[in-house]
Amino acid sequence: MSLDMLKTPLFDLHVSLGAKMVPFAGYDMPVQYPLGVLKEHLHTRAKAGLFDVSHMGQVILRGADVAAAFETLVPVDVIGLAGGRQRYAFFTNDAGGIRDDLMVANRGDHLFVVVNAACKDADIAHMSSGLGKDVTVETIGDRALLALQGPAAETVLAGLDPGVEKMAFMDVATLEMCGAECWVSRSGYTGEDGFEISVPNSHAEPLARALLAHDDVEPIGLGARDSLRLEGGLCLYGHDIDAQSTPVQADLTWAIQKVRRPGGARAGGYPGAATIASELAHGAARKRVGLQPDGRAPMREGVQVFASETSTTPIGKITSGGFGPTVGGPVAMGYIAIGQATPGTVVFGELRGKRQPLTVTKLPFVPANFKRTK
Amino acid sequence: MKFTEDHEWLRPEGDVIVVGITEHATSQLGDIVFVELPDVGTTVAKTDEVVVIESVKAASDILAPLDGEIVEVNEALADNPALANEDAQGEGWFFKIKASDASQMDEYMDEAAYLALIG
Repeated sequence: MSLDMLKTPLFDLHVSLGAKMVPFAGYDMPVQYPLGVLKEHLHTRAKAGLFDVSHMGQVILRGADVAAAFETLVPVDVIGLAGGRQRYAFFTNDAGGIRDDLMVANRGDHLFVVVNAACKDADIAHMSSGLGKDVTVETIGDRALLALQGPAAETVLAGLDPGVEKMAFMDVATLEMCGAECWVSRSGYTGEDGFEISVPNSHAEPLARALLAHDDVEPIGLGARDSLRLEGGLCLYGHDIDAQSTPVQADLTWAIQKVRRPGGARAGGYPGAATIASELAHGAARKRVGLQPDGRAPMREGVQVFASETSTTPIGKITSGGFGPTVGGPVAMGYIAIGQATPGTVVFGELRGKRQPLTVTKLPFVPANFKRTK
Repeated sequence: MKFTEDHEWLRPEGDVIVVGITEHATSQLGDIVFVELPDVGTTVAKTDEVVVIESVKAASDILAPLDGEIVEVNEALADNPALANEDAQGEGWFFKIKASDASQMDEYMDEAAYLALIG
């Protein structure tokens, strides 16, 4: 552990719970607790898991035309995002690649944006220079971010504020928990129902302890967070999406609403719009897909994928892979040439010099369990 | 019983040596989800990669600790890799090797030395 490693407000709690701490995006973070990655994963899908995601960047944007300004950086409908609602988005670059993915919420008189830890400094600089002088960019440094995920999350959190019961998937609300003003969204990164809670640093540990006091809640580390999101088919920035992958290649076109597509009232107007419009119209050369190894051996990031057992040129590469505890076997995702990207196609991953079959699979591997309506 | 610096244990059993990895190793690796064992009858040289184990975190290679022939592998482990976590130094054994030079055992640590190594 290096001396300049950043700590979240829950660092002491993690250590007291017996977490194994690892460096992640400059922070000293819990990768697992004594329960272990496998059981933490299964517990989250069965009951509820508590995650410390305070390393992520929280930013408030204010200004008269802040939604219109934000649309100049993302190919997503922000003007049409109703108050009290949140949406998935991504910053694009001039080549149509993805600078980072993010959540943006309309919290009435401002936008609240949550970005990846590893990208947050670059994202804040990008917003400060790209949103114009009429928008203020305020980095929130005095709040932690907790996620409570799993089928029991609603019942557990309702014990602190019953207001959560009225929220649907991707709703946001200001609620009071443990005597603190919390900014709550019904969302997460596991494929399960759940909530993300922005809480003042001073109240982060009391809130975490109040949640952990519930029999159904276990603390969950980054290890299970990764296997949960992988089974959920969710992208990890820097792995499944990056500056070289476009939203069309990444199969994230669902996040580009019609109004921002060619023919829409506010088409284009974001970095890389021409490339993305062309790919929307004509398709991309490759696509992110699920890949399920036929055997028991996990295939991890970096494994080259081939069309046959003997072909010499790879048709793609695995970008995330490992063991899926809920699936009970190995799961992966990666980019495959469009000709082989149809579900059901059998391709071959080269593992330790041997070609092993993989089946192209629809994502997610585990059906999402979101509360879309209340 | 002898131990290697790579956290393998070696237990003589008749004229063969049973090999596995230590509890210390399995607890460091985390939940083991896949074990690829060598074929029975394979002749191996010391430091050959003979077993691949995958935990929820990463893949690791297990090296042959001795020259010899693989005479038996733990098929139960292939079906239930968690045995390596549950009973690392018993039911979670990996393979049995017939050593071609049993004196190679002498260079490995005894239990006290191994426990000192892992602190």
